[in-house]
Amino acid sequence: MKILGFVLLVSGWTIVLTAVALLIEDVPRAVFVLAGIGVEIVGLMLLIRAHPARRGEHE
Amino acid sequence: MSGSAFDLSGTTASFILLIPLAGAGLALINAGLGRSRSAAQLMMSSLCVVSIAALAYFVCGFAFQGLPDQPAHWLTIGGKPWSWLADGHLFLHHLALDGSPASLAALLGMAGAGLAALIPLGAGADRWRLGACSISTVVLAGWTYPLFAHWAWGGGWLAQLGSNYGLGHGFLDSGGAGTIQAMGGLTALAIAWILGPRRGKYTHDGMPTAIPGHNAVFVLFGCVLALAGWWGLNSSGAILFNGAEAGVVVRVAINTILSAASAALAAALVTHTRFGKPDASLTANGWIGGLAASSGACAFVEPLEAVLIGAIAGILVTFAVEWVELRMSVDDPGGSISAHAVGGLWGVLSVGIFAGLTASGRTGETMVPHPGQWLAQLVGVATLIGFILPLTYCLNWLLNLVYPQRVSAEGERQGMDLYELGAGAYPEFITHSDEFTER
Repeated sequence: MKILGFVLLVSGWTIVLTAVALLIEDVPRAVFVLAGIGVEIVGLMLLIRAHPARRGEHE
Repeated sequence: MSGSAFDLSGTTASFILLIPLAGAGLALINAGLGRSRSAAQLMMSSLCVVSIAALAYFVCGFAFQGLPDQPAHWLTIGGKPWSWLADGHLFLHHLALDGSPASLAALLGMAGAGLAALIPLGAGADRWRLGACSISTVVLAGWTYPLFAHWAWGGGWLAQLGSNYGLGHGFLDSGGAGTIQAMGGLTALAIAWILGPRRGKYTHDGMPTAIPGHNAVFVLFGCVLALAGWWGLNSSGAILFNGAEAGVVVRVAINTILSAASAALAAALVTHTRFGKPDASLTANGWIGGLAASSGACAFVEPLEAVLIGAIAGILVTFAVEWVELRMSVDDPGGSISAHAVGGLWGVLSVGIFAGLTASGRTGETMVPHPGQWLAQLVGVATLIGFILPLTYCLNWLLNLVYPQRVSAEGERQGMDLYELGAGAYPEFITHSDEFTER
């Protein structure tokens, strides 16, 4: 789950970059940038779930 | 050099020299919010990371960061040039240290690297080994920070979003809300994840227990010190990176203190409403969150808008502290993730929402609102979360494989002071209580 979270983070960023580089019109570009950030948020949530409290048992 | 140019150079240098006060403030806040048995080690770590950040930035940091008109490595994407890394000289070679904008940018970058490196110490308090945080700082100040600083301040692809793609004026971040604060805050999150919580912080069923900071006076005094440092940071950044005239520093300074003040009062109000009494540590975190947020738009907004930016930051930080501890199960004794990452990211976004003045400071001159500006700021936020966070996590995770970052259980039980330094911060006091009993 941790790796998937990071993959989604980077994928979201890639969507944002692609939208900026390839789309010319304002509205589709903004929609894809927001979509990329949405993918990043999903990745962040997966990362949060992948790091549960270890109750201080870490040695 | 003309008289006015000399004045601007001297003014900028004076403001940059204030920035270490922000570092002193952060170090006091981090120490005060940690345990008494780790206070000396944390202050020692603060001194070490600032020293190492200065050296790493001197060796290669500025070479990677560069300046807009200096050689850089370029990629061509969709027919547009993307500058992704500066091609400068190592060891500040060939840089005339004469008060030129390039030399002042190097000085500001060095101070900024130290400040960014101090932020993760708050999240790793009471368990982050001195050697590990020192090596981690080499990575941060020598690579991660200069890379993003090049993109935002050194004429990199984020700064070019305006000229290349018509996104407003490109990514704007005059005082380092993203480049310093969010960078440090996201690194703090990566460090807190890698280290895990302090022993005894979470019960067997995952509920957090309170481990209060040991010195509220340090914390609150640190807030006052930090304000002076932020004045220097925001003012010098506005002059160097946004072409502000010297007179604009008055606007920047007023906006900075208004943002911090409204953030602290918002945090105090929220905690008073929720818990019956204002909470000193959350109010301090709100103050720092307001300062971090002010770094984005301080040169581009009216004072009333700075109040609004700060108040929103204070509320966001207060709830973020609780969310990080309860929902994310992340142990962040200094509140670094909430104050710097959340505050900094909000500061970056606030530029796109509120910016209406030019940084030049010429009377009556306004920034033409551009629908693309908020998109440029969003791209900056996406880059921080989608690229910088994975990068800093992976680098620190690799470091953890070869040099474990967390102190041993015995070291944590003894306290970092005795275990790593051989002497406590308060030798005449009996400071140990036992928070290590299983709950």
